[in-house]
Formats: sequence, C-alpha cells, structure tokens
Amino acid sequence: MTTTTEPAEKKGPNTFGILKRFGPLLFLLALVVVFTALKPSFIDPINVFNIMRQISITGLIALGMTFVILTAGIDLSVGSLLAFCGMVAAVVAKGGTANSMSLSAGGGQGFGWFAALLAAVIVGSLAGGVQGLAITRLKVPPFVVTLGGLTIFRGLTLTLSNGGPISGFDASMRWFGTGLVGPVPVPVIIFALAALLCHLVLRYTRYGRAVYAVGGNAEAARLSGLRVDRILISVYVIVGFFAGLAAFVLSARLNSSEAVAGIGYELTVISAVVIGGTSLFGGIGSVGGTVVGAALIGVLQNGLQFNNVSSYTQSIVIGLILIVAVAFDRWLKSRSRG
Amino acid sequence: MAAVAAAEQLAPPLLEVVGVSKHFAGVVALNDVSLEVRRGEILGLLGENGAGKSTLLKILSGAQPPTSGRIVFDGADYRPHSPDAAKRAGIVTIYQELSLIPTLSVAENIFIGRAPLGAFGIIDWRRMRRETTGIIARVGLGIDPDTPVSALSVAEQQLVEIARALSLESRLIIMDEPTSALTETEVSQLLRIMKQLRAEGVAIMFVTHRLEEASAICDRMTVLRDGRLAGHLNRTDTPIPIPQIIEKMVGRAASELYARPTQRNAAGAVRLSVRGLRTVRDPEAPHAIVLDGVDIDLKAGEILGVAGLVGSGRTELARAIFGADRIAAGTVTLDGKAIAPASPADAIELGIGLVPEDRKHQAIFSMLGILQNFSVAALRAYSNGLGLMAEGKERAALAEYKKALSIRMASPEQSIDGLSGGNQQKVILARWLARDPKVLIVDEPTRGVDVGAKAEVHQILVQLAARGIAVMVISSELPEVLAVSDRIVTMRQGRITGEMPAVDATEEKLMALMALDQRQGETR
Repeated sequence: MTTTTEPAEKKGPNTFGILKRFGPLLFLLALVVVFTALKPSFIDPINVFNIMRQISITGLIALGMTFVILTAGIDLSVGSLLAFCGMVAAVVAKGGTANSMSLSAGGGQGFGWFAALLAAVIVGSLAGGVQGLAITRLKVPPFVVTLGGLTIFRGLTLTLSNGGPISGFDASMRWFGTGLVGPVPVPVIIFALAALLCHLVLRYTRYGRAVYAVGGNAEAARLSGLRVDRILISVYVIVGFFAGLAAFVLSARLNSSEAVAGIGYELTVISAVVIGGTSLFGGIGSVGGTVVGAALIGVLQNGLQFNNVSSYTQSIVIGLILIVAVAFDRWLKSRSRG
Repeated sequence: MAAVAAAEQLAPPLLEVVGVSKHFAGVVALNDVSLEVRRGEILGLLGENGAGKSTLLKILSGAQPPTSGRIVFDGADYRPHSPDAAKRAGIVTIYQELSLIPTLSVAENIFIGRAPLGAFGIIDWRRMRRETTGIIARVGLGIDPDTPVSALSVAEQQLVEIARALSLESRLIIMDEPTSALTETEVSQLLRIMKQLRAEGVAIMFVTHRLEEASAICDRMTVLRDGRLAGHLNRTDTPIPIPQIIEKMVGRAASELYARPTQRNAAGAVRLSVRGLRTVRDPEAPHAIVLDGVDIDLKAGEILGVAGLVGSGRTELARAIFGADRIAAGTVTLDGKAIAPASPADAIELGIGLVPEDRKHQAIFSMLGILQNFSVAALRAYSNGLGLMAEGKERAALAEYKKALSIRMASPEQSIDGLSGGNQQKVILARWLARDPKVLIVDEPTRGVDVGAKAEVHQILVQLAARGIAVMVISSELPEVLAVSDRIVTMRQGRITGEMPAVDATEEKLMALMALDQRQGETR
C-alpha cells in the first residue's frame, strides 16, 4: 500500500557497519604498527615474507574450514588428516615403503612430486567426503564425527609410518616448500592463489550462494530446492582437499613427513576463521576475513617472538584475542540492531 | 458483566475477569473482555484464530500482564507476575506443547522442584513413588511412576500434567487445545476425566476448536471474536447447540479488509491431480496428523482454497505434494503425467513451488541480503554454464519483481531481516515467480503480515492465477480463504470433508465442515 512508508534504510557510512566489516583488518594494521614501533626491523621484507610463509600452511586449511564453518559445521580432524596426507605423499614420493631417514634424496624409485601432490589431495578429499557422509547419512554431529576423525587419522598415520618420519625428498618436490619466485616464497604464492580462488567461488558462484544458504537456514534451503546433503558433504571434501594440499607443502618445506605433524592445528585454523568474522552458527563470513584472521595470528606470534615473549605467553594472548574478537563481534551486532 | 449467568449460582465465581484489555505496540489484541469461571464447572473458551484466546491465556497464566482491567481469583486480586506465581496462586495452564521433561520419570516430573526429602536432605524416592502412584490414579493412570515421560503417548503425558496440576492443589486448570493431538478413544478418556474432576469441584477452562467436544462437555461457553467478547452461552438440559456456537464465532459482516477481488476468468484444464494420498506417521512424532486418502484437483488459472484447523492435515498435504514429506500411498499427476518427487528439489524441477507457513524458520535466510533470498530457488537461471552467477541478470529480475509486487526495500544488499512481514512475503513470492512455476502452493499467505499488506498479497495471488498458474492457498483465516479462492475444500483429520465454489461458501458452512465430525456435520 502506498500509505505505509517503509522506514528508509540508512545509507552511507555507518560507524558500526564499518567496524563490523573491517574490525579484524583494523586490528591487524594496529598490531603491525605497534610491533614496528617496538622494533622497526619487524616490517623488513624478509620478516614479512617469513610471517606469510608461516601462516600459509594453517592458512590453506583455514580456507577450507571457512566453507565448513559457513555451513555451521566444524572439522576437528584437519591436524591429523594433514599428518596422514603428508605421510601418504611421502610414501608416494619415495616409492612405497621408504621409512628411514638414512635414505637420502636419491629419488630413483619414487613417483615424483606430482604423484605425491595428487595422492595427498585425493586422500584428503576422500577422507573429508567420508566424514561428510557420516555427518549427513548417519546424522552424527560434525563435532563428533571429526573428533573421531582426529583420532582415526592420527592412528592411520602412525600405522603407515610405523611411528617415525619419512624424510628426504628430491629437489623438485622441496621447491614447493622452500622455493622462491622473485622474493616471494612458493607456499605464500600457493596460499594467495588458493585464497583468491576460494574468494571467487564463495562470492561469485552458484555453489557459493548455496553454501551460505545452507549455513544460514538448512530447512529453508531444502524447501528452496537446494540439495543440502550434497552441499554439506562437499564442504568436508573441500577442507580435506586443503588439508592434503597443506600437507604436501609442509612436507616439502621440512623435507620430511612427520607422524606428529599438525597436532593442534585444528585449533589454530578454527581460531583464524572465527577471528576473521565467520560465525560458528553459519551463514556469515568470508574468505577475506579468514585471510585476515590467519594473518592476525601469524603477526601476533611473530611479533611476540620478535620481542622475546615466551611461547607460553603467546598462547595466552592468542586465546584472549580469540575470545575478545568474538565478544566484539557480538557487541557490534547488538549495537547495529538497535 | 455477565449478570444473567451470575443469578444462577449464589456463591461468588472462582475466577472473575472484568473488562480486561491488552495492547501490543498499538494493536489491540484483547478489548474489554469479561468472563467468569465457577467452582466445579467446565467453561469453554472459543473463537477463531486471532480472536484473542491466546492473549487471554497468556494473561491468566502470568506470562503477560493486561494493559487494563481487573482479575479476581478466589476473592483476591489476581496479578501474577510470572507463570510460576500463577501456579502458586492456584491456576495451572496446560499448553499444547507439554512442559514435561521427557528424559525424567513420571514421578520426577510430578515432583520437580519439590521432591520429598528424607534424612540428611536426601530425596525420599520411596515416598515420591508412592505419592505419585496415588496422584496419577486420580486421572486414571496406572503406569509405573519410574516410566520415563518420553515413553508415554501424548494423551498419557497430558494426564500426567493434569495430575501434576492436581497435586499442586490447583483450583483452576486451563487446557489449551488438549484434544488436537489425541485419537478418538483418547479424547473420550480425557473428557471422562474432565467430568470426574468437575464432580470433585475443580474448575476447568477448556480452550478448543472442536465444536462437538465443546458442546458435549461444557457447562457454559465464552466466545471471543476479533479480540472482543462475542457472547456467553449456557447449557440447559441439552448441550449447547453447535450452530449457535458457530454463529457467535463468525457472526461478523465480511470485513472490508477481505474485499473480494474481482471475478476472474474461468479455470483451465486440471494441472495437478491428487488421488488417495496417504502419508506415514513420522516415527519421531507418531501422534502427528497424517493424510488419510486425499483427493483433490487443481486447475490452471484458479485459486483453490484449503480451509482447515491446525492439525487438519492442510500443511501436510502441501508438504507431501512438494516432496518435503514422504508419501506412503496415492498418486500425484502434473499435467497428466504421474510424478513422485522425492525431495523439494525434485518438485521444484517439475514446476511446483511452496511458500511455507513458518516464514522465519522455513523460508527466510535472515542473515542474508534480499538479493540472495530472492534468487535462492533459481540459482541456475541466474548463472552461466560454469556456475558463475550472472548478477546483472539477477539484479534486473529482482528490480522487476520489486516493481511488479511493489516490494518496499532500500537496496538488494539490504538484510531481509529489516523488512516488514508483508515485504518479506513478497520477496518469497518473487523467489517462486522467478522459477515461473506451474503450481504454487501458498501456506498461510498473510501470517505475520500487517493488515494493510494483506490485501496486497491477496491481489498478487489473484494476478498469479490470472497468468495461468494453478494456485493453492492454505489458510486458517476463513475470511482470507473466502476472499481469494475460486473454489474451496475443507479438511479435517487428514481427510477432505467438503468442496464448494467460493461463491456458495460462507464462514458458517466452512466452519461446520472443518470443525465437526462428519456424521454430525450435515449443516449444509
């Protein structure tokens, strides 16, 4: 009816809106300024690239985790899955049962880096898919399924490697962890490309729209014709894929696949996603936020280390930041509603 | 005041409600309502949806205070500030959604928060069981006090609630639609126990839609209509006649809000045909109403109204056709071809759309923008072969529907949460129009839509039918069904109980078919 006029939505810059959108980014910039003021060498390109390389492994997994958390899910198995995929990659790269550090980078009987990479991402994706099936078909909550996965994949890793590391890859594989393109470390390039791709998928594709819809309201999504179960399975495949990719890069960088790799990574990864503004209740969040969240953790760790703060204290600070970030987000939400 | 009734009994009434009103943000939900309940009687509280029954219940149960008016209970001013205070004063309300804790035993539920204590403050289980056995015997239950409530049927759970109310020494028990989820045998058992309690001097307020039950058991009735008192009815030697109740319930001139849209062209060929449709009981909700052999035809270009009370199977019919609930038996044909959608996605592919009854939980993505809410069912149409969204096309389409349906919004990015109910509903309608459906089922088209926008939504539905879409409108508001439909079917207990052209229909006729047992319901 023409008589009822809708209260015109406020246009233009809204302080709370800006804070909500760019809060984590502003906080990141503030941290950089503070650390630089404390020690100007913090901002040296060498250190900056160092930070970026440090965050690229957990960052890759965090990209996948963003899809999962957008659907109101969670994946606790990523750290163990990373170790397992890394071990699979090592076995393939070294040609089967190689299990000793004493074997130097001979190469001869291995299948090469490409086969190793392929094996890692395929195993990761399959593992994610199986967990997705358990979540959707058996109706077991993601928390429980992936908590089981956390134990299972660690056990599989130890079984495969007999508890020890598999080390010594050829130079072509190591390049993915240690190489440089100009001044930029290869892992950083991989992370950047993957982040760009994920951003495009979530922002500009049909699939991305479906992920947000399923996370926002699964029942409404189903009644709107979306195949909710398929979407849910797919996000666990995606995070598994990224766990595999991260495993390959990590093994390449360390020139070794460790059975104990990735312990506790799930917590860093989830922290990065949540600090980046993605809601654990689903439907809200972005890849940009996750990249900022990962960078924030990386800058904080590096900056504290740079200033000789112990790693014990670092843990305390990061935990506090996580809680404060979410509390701040809630506060902004309550303000912008009013 | 009900002076006529007061003369009949000398003792003062147990509960006296005098001129109570309730306003919500400028809306008058209850306007100067008075009634009374006496000791040892069953008072029926009747009225259509939106008549003000729930508001009155909320006031009496202490959930909300009245805006004005006075309530006297047992000779004292009654102003409960919480449901707990109401209970302590002696008024217990038993809602459709039962308040028992399913994982606890019958005894634990009855004695929740007041378990008998023995030495050292330890719960005296033996005494609790013994007393529970006595308490539930009063309502005719002979079950083990240790049975977990989750193992009981809905009827048994209701009796446990009543027993708990009795053990709290409640003097007034308010029952909100207690029979809607019960089988016929369970209903007669419940009615028997209500009579027995009445004989013991307990006062009962019985809120119901089921006219024959109300007529069978109530000593007196108070009927509400549009938030006002429509009148009181008293039982004489014979039960209160049902036509009299219906007249009180609907006795208003068709509201100008529901002005009938202009007559449309005759309907075309049969689009959707349903034969012998049955659905199975959901193992998780075995008492849910199921469809029990439904036949309907839906023609291109017509609006078929489906009238039925809550629990009549009207929503289940829509969900079954839409592939949201599993079909046990029966056929659905669309344009002559048998279809069997196994999911909403299948049904949508076939050209069926559903605007669900609960917008907030079933239709809206509240954290997403209008654009994303609009296009979610038609993502394929607004994307290319690679899966990339064609946002230009999408935005242009939304702009078109914004104009056609006069959706008042600031921008496509605006959160849908910020829109009024009417505008949200228009966005949901646009969502389906974007798919150009053959059949559109609209469940409660104007629930939560403000009065002014209702007529707009009705007009949109009429336009859709004029475009050749076969439209099915499900509503619990009879004036709405009468206003938009070309043809109307009524449902009761999972069956179709009547069909008539809208021009021949009246609220009285429909209400009789919706609310009455068919054997008694020959008021046509």
